[in-house]
Amino acid sequence: MFEGLSLTTIVLFLPMVGLSILLFINPKQTENIKWTAFTTTIVTFLASLLMWVNFDPSNPALQMVHRFNWLNISVGGSVISSDYYVGVDGLSLLLVLLTTFIMPIAVLFSFGSDIFAERGREKLYYLFMLLLEWAMLGVFVVQDLIIFYIFWEVTLVPMYFLVGIWGGEQRIYAAVKFFLYTMAGSILMLIAILYVGNATGTFVLPDIITKVTAPDWTWQIEGVAASSDVTGSLLFLGFFLAFAIKVPIFPFHSWLPDAHVQAPTAGSVILAGVLLKLGTYGLVRFNLGIFPEESIAYAPIIGVLAVIGIIYGAWVSYAQTDVKKLVAYSSVSHLGFVVLGIFALNAQGIQGATLQMVNHGISTGGLFLLVGILYERYHTKDMAAYGGIWKVAPIFGGTALVISLSSMGLPGLNGFVGEFTILLGSLGSSVLGFFYTLFATLGVIMAAVYLLYMFQRVFMGEFKAPAHAHGHAHDAHGHSEEGFSLNLKWNEIAALVPIVIMVFWIGLQPAGFFNVMDKATNQLVQDIQTVQTRVEAERAETSAILTWESTVALVSTAQQGE
Amino acid sequence: MHNETYPQLVPLLIIIPAIGAFINMFWGAKLGERVSGYVGIAASLLSFIISVLIFSYLSAVHGAASVINAPLGLGSWIRMDSIGLNIPWQFRVDTITAVMLLVVTGVGSLIHIYARGYMHGDPKFGRFFAFLNLFLMFMLLLVTANNFLMMFVGWEGVGLCSYLLIGFWWDKRGATGWRNANAARKAVIVNRVGDFGLLLSMFLIFWTFGTFDYYKPGEVANVPYTLYTNGYITAEQAKKGDILAVNPAAESQAAETHGDAHGETHGAHSKPARETLDNSQFAPSRLGVFGQTEYLMSLPEGSPERVINVGGLELDFSVMLFLIVIFMLVGVTAKSAQIPLFVWLPDAMAGPTPVSALMHAATMVTAGVFLLIRANVFLDHAPEARAIIALVGALTALMGGYIGMGQWDVKRVLAYSTVSQLGFMVAAVGLGAYVAAMFHLVTHAIFKACLFLGSGSVIHGVEHGHHHVHAHAHGHGDDHHDAHDEEDSFDPQDMRNMGGLARRMPITYWTYIFATFALAGLFPFAGFWSKDEILADAWHLGFDKGNPIGYIVLGILLLAAAFTAFYMWRQVQMIFHGEPRSEAAANAPESTLWMTVPLMVLAFLSLVGGFINVPKGAPFHGMFKDYEFKHFLESAVPHVTVSPSLYFNWGLALGATFIAFAAIFFAHSIYAGNKAVRGTARRDPLEFVPSAKPIWLLANARMHWDNIYFAVIENPFNRIGKFLADVVDWRFLHDYFHDVVIKKGYDGVGTLLSKPFDKGIIDGAVNGVAWLFKQFSSSLRLVQTGYVRVYAVALLLGVVAVVVVMVLPLLQNG
Repeated sequence: MFEGLSLTTIVLFLPMVGLSILLFINPKQTENIKWTAFTTTIVTFLASLLMWVNFDPSNPALQMVHRFNWLNISVGGSVISSDYYVGVDGLSLLLVLLTTFIMPIAVLFSFGSDIFAERGREKLYYLFMLLLEWAMLGVFVVQDLIIFYIFWEVTLVPMYFLVGIWGGEQRIYAAVKFFLYTMAGSILMLIAILYVGNATGTFVLPDIITKVTAPDWTWQIEGVAASSDVTGSLLFLGFFLAFAIKVPIFPFHSWLPDAHVQAPTAGSVILAGVLLKLGTYGLVRFNLGIFPEESIAYAPIIGVLAVIGIIYGAWVSYAQTDVKKLVAYSSVSHLGFVVLGIFALNAQGIQGATLQMVNHGISTGGLFLLVGILYERYHTKDMAAYGGIWKVAPIFGGTALVISLSSMGLPGLNGFVGEFTILLGSLGSSVLGFFYTLFATLGVIMAAVYLLYMFQRVFMGEFKAPAHAHGHAHDAHGHSEEGFSLNLKWNEIAALVPIVIMVFWIGLQPAGFFNVMDKATNQLVQDIQTVQTRVEAERAETSAILTWESTVALVSTAQQGE
Repeated sequence: MHNETYPQLVPLLIIIPAIGAFINMFWGAKLGERVSGYVGIAASLLSFIISVLIFSYLSAVHGAASVINAPLGLGSWIRMDSIGLNIPWQFRVDTITAVMLLVVTGVGSLIHIYARGYMHGDPKFGRFFAFLNLFLMFMLLLVTANNFLMMFVGWEGVGLCSYLLIGFWWDKRGATGWRNANAARKAVIVNRVGDFGLLLSMFLIFWTFGTFDYYKPGEVANVPYTLYTNGYITAEQAKKGDILAVNPAAESQAAETHGDAHGETHGAHSKPARETLDNSQFAPSRLGVFGQTEYLMSLPEGSPERVINVGGLELDFSVMLFLIVIFMLVGVTAKSAQIPLFVWLPDAMAGPTPVSALMHAATMVTAGVFLLIRANVFLDHAPEARAIIALVGALTALMGGYIGMGQWDVKRVLAYSTVSQLGFMVAAVGLGAYVAAMFHLVTHAIFKACLFLGSGSVIHGVEHGHHHVHAHAHGHGDDHHDAHDEEDSFDPQDMRNMGGLARRMPITYWTYIFATFALAGLFPFAGFWSKDEILADAWHLGFDKGNPIGYIVLGILLLAAAFTAFYMWRQVQMIFHGEPRSEAAANAPESTLWMTVPLMVLAFLSLVGGFINVPKGAPFHGMFKDYEFKHFLESAVPHVTVSPSLYFNWGLALGATFIAFAAIFFAHSIYAGNKAVRGTARRDPLEFVPSAKPIWLLANARMHWDNIYFAVIENPFNRIGKFLADVVDWRFLHDYFHDVVIKKGYDGVGTLLSKPFDKGIIDGAVNGVAWLFKQFSSSLRLVQTGYVRVYAVALLLGVVAVVVVMVLPLLQNG
C-alpha cells in the first residue's frame, strides 16, 4: 500500500493528517483549532508547489503516480477491478494548485468571523473545511472511476453542512437544494460509470481511454439491444448531466444562487473557486476523454447552451439588487465561457478553458471575499445600502476595482487571457465556429455592464455608513465619512493580497501556466482529432446524435426483447 | 545624434510612467501636492526625452524600423508550444510610432504641467497624477506594440484610465457625482461595444494569418516613394519586390530560431532599410500579418492559398480582409468617437479639463485613427471597406460640426468639435490618405489641446470669479475647490455666464484665438495645412481618378469645415467678446503660470505646426527638407496617396479659406458684440429666426441621439434583464421548476422506495448512518427541519448508490 508512495498521495492526504490532529483538540481551544487548520492548508499548498517543481511539462503522461489494487472480483470469467490510482497531468496539476491556493485563503478569512459568534462550533467548521479539501483534491488526482465517484460524492457532505450550519437565513433550503440537485446528476453518472466499467472491464481511466479510442471500439455489450451509438450517447449524457449541474451550465443553474448567497463567505469562495471546477474538470477529463465521438456530435448543442449561459447569466446578474447574487450569477456567465472553450475541442479552446477555470477561481473567489468583508460591516447584501466606499477606503476600493476588472476581462489581468484564448478557439473550432464566437463575444460587453454597475453602486456615489451603526456605537464618527473606517482585519488583507498578485501574474505572464498543461491537452486534442477524422469518414452511415427516432427505436427494441 | 541604442530604450517608456503612477497611487497623499506633481511631471518629461531620442535615431536611419523584446526574459505572453502559438511582449519602433510618441509625450507633458496648476487644492491630487501617468503608460504601450493583442492591452488600458478620470469626481455631492460616475460607465460600455468588433477582427486575423505580429523581427515595411504615382498599389507593383525589405538573412534566421522568449533584442537596423531589399528570405507564412497580406494579394484570385477557411466560413482572402477591416472599424467608431458610437465622448467632459484635453481630444481618441493607419496595408487591399470608412468619417465630421453649433457648454462645443475633427481623420484614412490623416492627427492634438486647456483656464477663472463674488457677499473663504462639493445652480461651464473675458484673461484669450484659427483652417495656422491636405486628397480621388467617394467626401468635408469655423467663432464671441453676462465673468482672474505657459507653447505650435508638411508650390515649402513629415512617415506608411499633396492645389486652398472666412463672418454678424445671447431667457439669436430655429433646436438637442439610444437599447435592455431575472430565472426556474419537478420527483421516488424497503436492511443502514452522524456531532440537528424527509431520501439514495457500486458487478455477471 505504501509501496511507490508518491507526492500526489502525500498532498492528497495532508488535509486528512491535519483533520486527524484537529479531532484531538479541545473544541474550546479555538486558537489552536484555527491555526492547526491554517497550517494544514499552508503545508498542503507548499507540498503542491513541490509537485509543480517536480512536474515535467514536456511529458504528456500522468506523473507522480501512486497505484495499487484494492478491489478485484472475478465472476464468471470476467474480472472487475478497481485501483487506488492517483497521479497528475498538466490539467490536474493546475486544478490541484488552484485548490491548495484557495483553501488557505478561505480558512484564513474565516478567522474571527461573525458566523462563529452566532453559531459557534469552530472545530466542526474547520473539520469540514479540511474534509472538503481532501475530497476536492481527490477528485482532481484520482484516475479510477469508482474512487472518483466516492470523492465526488464526499465533496457534497462538508459543503452541505457548511451551508446548512453556518449559512444565511435560508441556509436549510439552500443546503438541501444544493444536495438534491447535485445528487440527481450524480446518480445518472453512477449508472454510466458502472456501465463503462462493465463494458470496458476496468475502472481505470487511462485504460478505458486506450480502449475506447481504438478504431473498432463499440459500446455494445451482450444482451443489451441498443446500438453502440445510442448507448454511447446515453453514457455521455449521464456524465454530462452530473457535470452540467455542478458547473452549472444553463439551465441547470437554479441551485447556484441559493447556495452561493446562503453560504458563509469562505464557503462561497470555495464553491466558486474550486467546487464548480469539479464540473468543468469532469467535462474535460471524462466526457472528452472517454467519449470523443459523442463530444464531437454534441458540441454544437452544448456550445449553444454555453453561449446562452454567457449572455443569460450576465443579463440576470445585471438585474440583481443583492450583491452576492450578482456575483453568483456572474459565475454562470463566466463558466459559459469555460464550457464553450472545452467544446471547441481544440488546443486554444481547452487550454484557455483550463486557465479560465483557474482565473475564475481567483477572480470570483476574490469578489466573494470583497462581498464578505462588506457584509461583516453592513450586515446586508442589498446594494442600495452601500455607497461611496472607495472614498473612505481608497486601497480597498482600488483592490475591488482590480478584481472586478479581472473578472471583466481587462487585458493585462488574468481574466482576459483565458477569455481571449477561449474565443479564439471557438472561432477556429471545427465543431463551433463564427456564430458561436459572435454571440459569445457579446458576453464581453455585458460583463462590463453588470460589473461596473455593481462597482458604481457599491463603491462610488455618496458614502453610506452601515445602518446598524445607529444602534451600536453612538460615537459621532459612526455615520460621517471622515471618521469612518472599514478597519480591515489583518486576515482579510492577507486573504486579498495573494489574489491580487495572481491576477497580475496570470495576466502578464501566463506562458508558464499554459506550459504546464500544454502537452496533456495536446494529447487530448490529438485523440479527439483522430476520432474525428475517423468519424467523418464514417459519417455517411449513421448520426451519433440521439434523435427522437433513435430513442423510439431503442424503446421499441427493448420492449420486443421482453 | 545617431545612436543605435536609442530604440532599446522603448521599454522604459512603459516602465517610467508605471513607476510614476505607482508612487502617486500609494504615497500621493503623503507626498503632498508639490512632490506628487513633480513626480508625475518628471515621469512624463522623461518619456518625452526618450521619445525625442528615438525620433532622432529614426531620422538618422531614414525611418528603418526596430523590433525590441521586453527585457528581463519577460518576452513571452500567451504561448502554447504544441500548436506554435506565440504572442510576445514585443515593441516596434517605426516612424508612425515615433510621431505618436512625440505627440503623446509632448502634449502629455504640457498637460501634466498645466494640471499641476489646474488641480491645485484638489483632495485627490496625488491620485489624479497617478491616473495621468497610468494613462501615459497604456497609451505608449498602445503605440509601441508590435502585435494587435499587445496593442489591445494599451487600447483597453487607456479605456480604463478614461473610466477612472471621467468619473474622477464621482464623489461630488448630490446628483453631480452620480452623473460623473454614469458618464464614466457609459464610456466603458460604449467602448466595450467597440471592443466586441475589434476582438472579432483580431480572431479573424489570427485564423487568417496564424499570428498577430504586424511584422516579424527582421522584416521591414518600406516602399520607395517613386513606385507610387497614383493612389493605389497594384498587385504588379507589389510583386516587383520593393514592398518587403528584409535584413540580411543571418539576422532574420537568428530571430526565428532563438525565439522571442529569451528577452534578447533583435537588431535595430543600422542601415537605411531600402538598401536591403529581398523578401525571399522569409517563407510567406512566416511573415507578419501585413507581409502576408501583400503576398496573398499578389496571388491571382482563385488560387487555393487565397481561400481562407475559418469557423465555418470559406472566403476569398479579399473578402476576409473586408470583414477584418469592417470589424476593426466598429472598434474605431467607439474609441475615436465616430457614428454610431460617439455618444460617450460628449458625456466624457464630466472629467477634469486636463483629462479632456489629453485623452478626449489629443491622444486617446486618436487611437482608432492610429490603428487604421497602422493597418494601412489591410485597408489598401480592401477598397470597399475603405469607402465605408470614408463615408463614416465624413458624416461624423458633418454631424459633429452641426451639433457643435447648438451647444451652450463650453466643453461640449469642443467635444463635438473633436468628434467632427476625428471624422476628418477617419475620412482621410478612408480615402487612402494616411499621411494626411496622421498630419491632421498631429496638428489637431496641438490646437485642440490648446483649446481645451484654454477652456479649462476660462472655467477656472469663472469659478474663481464666482467665489470671489461669493466671498464678498457671504464672507466665505476663497477655496474654490469646495466648488466640487457644492450644490449650486451656477454653471461655470455655461457660455451664457461668460462674455468679455478677453480683457480679464488676455493670455488665455490670445492663445485661444490662435488655436481657433488653426481649427478653423486659416492660413498659415497648423490646421490650414493638415485640413487642406485631406481636402486635396479627396479632390484628387474625385476629380483625378473619378471615384465618386472622392466627390462625396469632399463636399461633406467642405460643409463640415464651414460649420467648424462657425461654431468656433460663435464660441469666441460668447466667451471673450461683448460685455460680461455674470458677476463671475466680470471678476474672473487670469490663471497662473502653471497653466498659461503650456497654453502659450501650444498656441505657438498651433501657428507653426503645419510647416512640417507644406506641399510643393505653397509658401513655406521646404523648411524641413528631408525631414519633412511625409518623407519621414513613408517607411512605415508605404502606400501614400501622394500627388495632390506633392503639389499645392491653389484653387482648393483658396476656396476652403474663403469658406472658413465666410463662416466666421457669418457667425460674427450673428453673435458679435452683445448679441451673443438674446432676451431674458438667454436664448441663441438663431432661435429668433423662424427658418433657422428648428435647425438650431435640433443641434441643441444633439439630434436626439441619446434619447434614441435610451429608447431602442438601454430601456429594452433593462426591462428584459428584469424580466429574465424575476420571471424566467426566479419564479419559473428557481421556484416553480424546483417545487414541481425536482422536489415532487424526489418525494415520489422516496415514497416509492420507502414501501418495499421500509423494514428492510436499508432502513437499518440508514438508521445506522444517522446514528453515526449523531455520534459525530449533535450539530446535525441544526439542519434538520421540515425538509428532513427530503434530506433522508437524499441520503438514502446515496447509500443505495454505494451499495449498487459494490453489488452490481456481481449481479451483472452472476
